[in-house]
Amino acid sequence: MKRIVTMETRNMSTENGGCGECQTSCQSACKTSCGVANQPCENKAEQE
Amino acid sequence: MIHAYKQNGYNIILDVHSGSIHAVDCLAYYLITNYEGLDRATLAKSALVEFGDDGISQADIDETLEDIEALIGAKKLFSKSGYGAFVPKRSTDVVKALCLHISHSCNLNCAYCFASQGKYNGERALMSFEVGKKALDFLLENSGTRRNLEVDFFGGEPLMNMQVVKQLVSYAREQEKIYDKVFRFTLTTNGVLLNDETMDYLNQEMNNVVLSLDGRREVNDRLRRTYTDEGSYDIIVPKFQEFVRRRGGKGYYMRGTFTHFNTDFLTDIKHMADLGFTELSMEPVVGPSDSPDALTTEDLPVLFDQYEHLALEMLERKRRGEPLTFYHYMIDLSHGPCLHKRVAGCGSGTEYLSVTPWGDLYPCHQFVGNEDFKMGTVDDGVTNKELLNEFAGSTLFSKSECQGCWAQLYCSGGCAANSYNTTGSINGIYEYGCELFKKRIECAIMMQVADANAK
Repeated sequence: MKRIVTMETRNMSTENGGCGECQTSCQSACKTSCGVANQPCENKAEQE
Repeated sequence: MIHAYKQNGYNIILDVHSGSIHAVDCLAYYLITNYEGLDRATLAKSALVEFGDDGISQADIDETLEDIEALIGAKKLFSKSGYGAFVPKRSTDVVKALCLHISHSCNLNCAYCFASQGKYNGERALMSFEVGKKALDFLLENSGTRRNLEVDFFGGEPLMNMQVVKQLVSYAREQEKIYDKVFRFTLTTNGVLLNDETMDYLNQEMNNVVLSLDGRREVNDRLRRTYTDEGSYDIIVPKFQEFVRRRGGKGYYMRGTFTHFNTDFLTDIKHMADLGFTELSMEPVVGPSDSPDALTTEDLPVLFDQYEHLALEMLERKRRGEPLTFYHYMIDLSHGPCLHKRVAGCGSGTEYLSVTPWGDLYPCHQFVGNEDFKMGTVDDGVTNKELLNEFAGSTLFSKSECQGCWAQLYCSGGCAANSYNTTGSINGIYEYGCELFKKRIECAIMMQVADANAK
């Protein structure tokens, strides 16, 4: 019986990422509270 | 470090430093949450006492403990930070987003406006095309290798200066071809000046529009009033409905603000959904804590309950085939922001700057009006290098209170302006915001677990 289900999550490593293409969260709908986690990654290579 | 919580019948474990998320049954939840406090034998024995009558055997417990130990070995549970206090990849000489304060004037007189009714504690003004053009040139020339450039038209009320909006968009489209860049435009509006021509233009040119509405008529009209002291609801709702209908699926958000007067904000969200708006964002008011509309500590349990019920409501609507989008519940667990972004934060004061009608540069819209935070001008660029370095150095690791917080890689240390207004330092924290953020992220993650479970 599977008692632990691990979700697929992005690998938190300094070795990937850092391209800077992601949108600033305030450009969308917040403006008064930060929502970095709500943003998608805009790096197409990372998404493949 | 882990964070364990139960919501909507799910037992969820977040492993803070790896970003791993586990949905577990009651036995696994018990074992994991007691794992670091007891030795293995005592833990197993106590689990048998706890669950033995439910048909759980010693073999079940041993097997689950082995699974836990495998996750620990794989660094997906109780993981230590594998990265230390590193400097995130971020260039201090690249700007990729501007908030253009097209208008420091507004045709509404909203009581809670953080921008003091659009004037930011200064004079009313409209941005000229010349200043806006210099701002776009500044962005193009300092964008480095960034191809996607974001510009949002903000204020005050941007539609009061529509001619300049159009001129700047036209200019930007010409420059896109020369620089091989792509501009993505957003415009925020209170909707009062929306007409056929403006709607069609915005639908053609704006990737996203943010439409200000607080919800029910009595809620919206309590604080969002005209200068002749009338409510704005009846003026803006029909316009917003037509605008969104014509938008034909292009991005928009209804952007509401909830206050101490409507802590039952779920009712306002449902009302906006009933009006036909499915893309929603509802944020807590920010402002002086002694303001009558300010949220209080006593409001928190009500707000937490609202957030949890909102998540349930959204799951139910999705199941019915009538999904809603709620900005703060959007989360892509496998393709979300990288570690560098999560550590660097929102980008204010570095890659994202605000431009006033006079061409002054500020770290973001919330700092405009405080001359201590002026960073430069569109003529001279960023000249206040000390301030630039301060914002560049303000990462997750510069906030001491964040180090022991489970939400650190989701929140990234929070909003610099809220931190400054609360503590006098951009490296402080706005505790009230932390409480709301943690609840929202718990709900957002629960929804992902529920979706995965449904599949």
